Amino acid sequence: MAAELRTISGDAGLLASGQLSAVELVKGYLERIDKREGEIGAFLALDREKVLAAAAAADSRRASGKALSRFDGVPVGIKDCIVAEGETASCASKILKPVISPFDATAVARLRAMGFIPFGRLNMDEFAMGSSCENSAFHKTANPRDVSRVPGGSSGGSAACVAAGFAPAALGSDTGGSIRQPAAFCGVVGLKPTYGRVSRYGLVAFASSLDQIGPLTNSVEDAGILLDSIAGRDPRDSTSLPAPAGGFAAAAQPRGSLKGVRIGLPKEYLDNPGIAPGVAKTLQDTIAKVRELGAETVEVSLPHTKYAVAVYYIVATAEASANLARFDGMRYGARIDGRDLADTYLKSRGQGFGAEVKRRILLGTYVLSSGYYDAYYLRAQKVRTLIRRDFDEAFKSCDVMMTPVTPDVAFKFGEKADPLQMYLSDIFTIALNLSGNCGISIPAGRDGVTGMPVGVQLLGNSLDEARLLGVASTLMKNL
Amino acid sequence: MADSAIDIEYVAGLARLEIAPDEKERLQRDLDHIVDYIAELGEVDVTGVEPTAHAAALSNVWREDEIVETPSQMREVMLKNAPALMDGDLVKMPRILPGEGEH
Repeated sequence: MAAELRTISGDAGLLASGQLSAVELVKGYLERIDKREGEIGAFLALDREKVLAAAAAADSRRASGKALSRFDGVPVGIKDCIVAEGETASCASKILKPVISPFDATAVARLRAMGFIPFGRLNMDEFAMGSSCENSAFHKTANPRDVSRVPGGSSGGSAACVAAGFAPAALGSDTGGSIRQPAAFCGVVGLKPTYGRVSRYGLVAFASSLDQIGPLTNSVEDAGILLDSIAGRDPRDSTSLPAPAGGFAAAAQPRGSLKGVRIGLPKEYLDNPGIAPGVAKTLQDTIAKVRELGAETVEVSLPHTKYAVAVYYIVATAEASANLARFDGMRYGARIDGRDLADTYLKSRGQGFGAEVKRRILLGTYVLSSGYYDAYYLRAQKVRTLIRRDFDEAFKSCDVMMTPVTPDVAFKFGEKADPLQMYLSDIFTIALNLSGNCGISIPAGRDGVTGMPVGVQLLGNSLDEARLLGVASTLMKNL
Repeated sequence: MADSAIDIEYVAGLARLEIAPDEKERLQRDLDHIVDYIAELGEVDVTGVEPTAHAAALSNVWREDEIVETPSQMREVMLKNAPALMDGDLVKMPRILPGEGEH
């Protein structure tokens, strides 16, 4: 069973039929981890006794007819910035290395209430800042499809975990593409819900107006199953939306055709000269496929696309500089004593944060500093309004949009050393976080030269996940 | 770009970040490069455009003003996370004011 894709719905079936107990299911995953984790490095921590005990508890609930749901006993990996009670919460940073979470994130608590087992702590770029997982303070994570290549980031551990079959699914977080890009690099499904769809309570904040938790899975239906479990208003997050949330798994069932669906092709994305041939070919093949399935394709325009990277790196770093001010070595985390209080702050933060995090804190502090606020931060917020309007306008003439996820396939370790080059590779994913809409990356093909997976991104209107998942699953089934 | 001479030491001071001498050159180069790039926003006409601070269309979300007790178990974990304790359950901080003779 080494290479077969595992799904939540498949595992639920095995548990329901009694083919496997939850303990056997979890042991199966632990065996796969034993075989390959040495070369992959998806986990920062995994407490085997704890997950086996949780599986045994699920088995006894099921035996007495008290299963919490049909998923009771199915493991789900958790990105290290989404806290779980009693587990490490380092965000792959030295400054939080000794920290244990005293509480569950709402998304994790909701998974537990369904019987899902929070399964280890998954590696990431430090504080979710990066596109390759190379910014983890602890170790690299390799792409399970080719271990000389990065898994993407920042949810690289989550994507690698699912692609390697270490768990059927994982939670990640997406601030500028951090779920969709690693999903594309590793050949799995990654969903960024609408901003506010999933509570951010217990998600360590990077950029509060952009961050959103979402699932990485091997099927679109599984993404719907997890969204059903974690979505909905939470009194602990005042930005979580009161809109009714549910029915996503049902909506994610593939249909016979895409008749009646209008798929927008944003010309600024498709005409980008930076798109590698393998990515362009997969996109063209997928466009042909949606037409074959009966969808209508329409050209749409997102005119402010070229400014999205600049707006993002102002807004996200400004928010990060404020959010990360709390890590000062006083109440929790690593403290490095200096000659006085100010020096202790400087040393704890200077030695606790890695290079990319420092770069972003400095940029964010700069764009908020006196004399530069209007020119950078305020202006970026205004251009953000224009980017949102672009999306609103485009969705008037289409139901979903289709674009590449990344300009190229997963790159090799160390290949992108220049930070700006790395930022520019986020061009197809970050506008969606600025606009707040939802999006999904699905595996759509392979690059002819490298054999690496290529993803295609579908973008949906705000709170339109049901339709997005339906189109994505129908398309994926036919690819 | 006129603004690209970002003063790393000043900004690092505002951010309470110690920058090692061997990091400074690289950071200066990277940030000059990035600030040059983001300055392209200057060409966008934003006349009359309202800023977006948030993608969610929500305002003034209230909750009841109630006391919620922290479970003692949670408290213990939080205390264990502290870098230094004193008298059992107090988090020990570095001195804020200089001592006598240190003015």
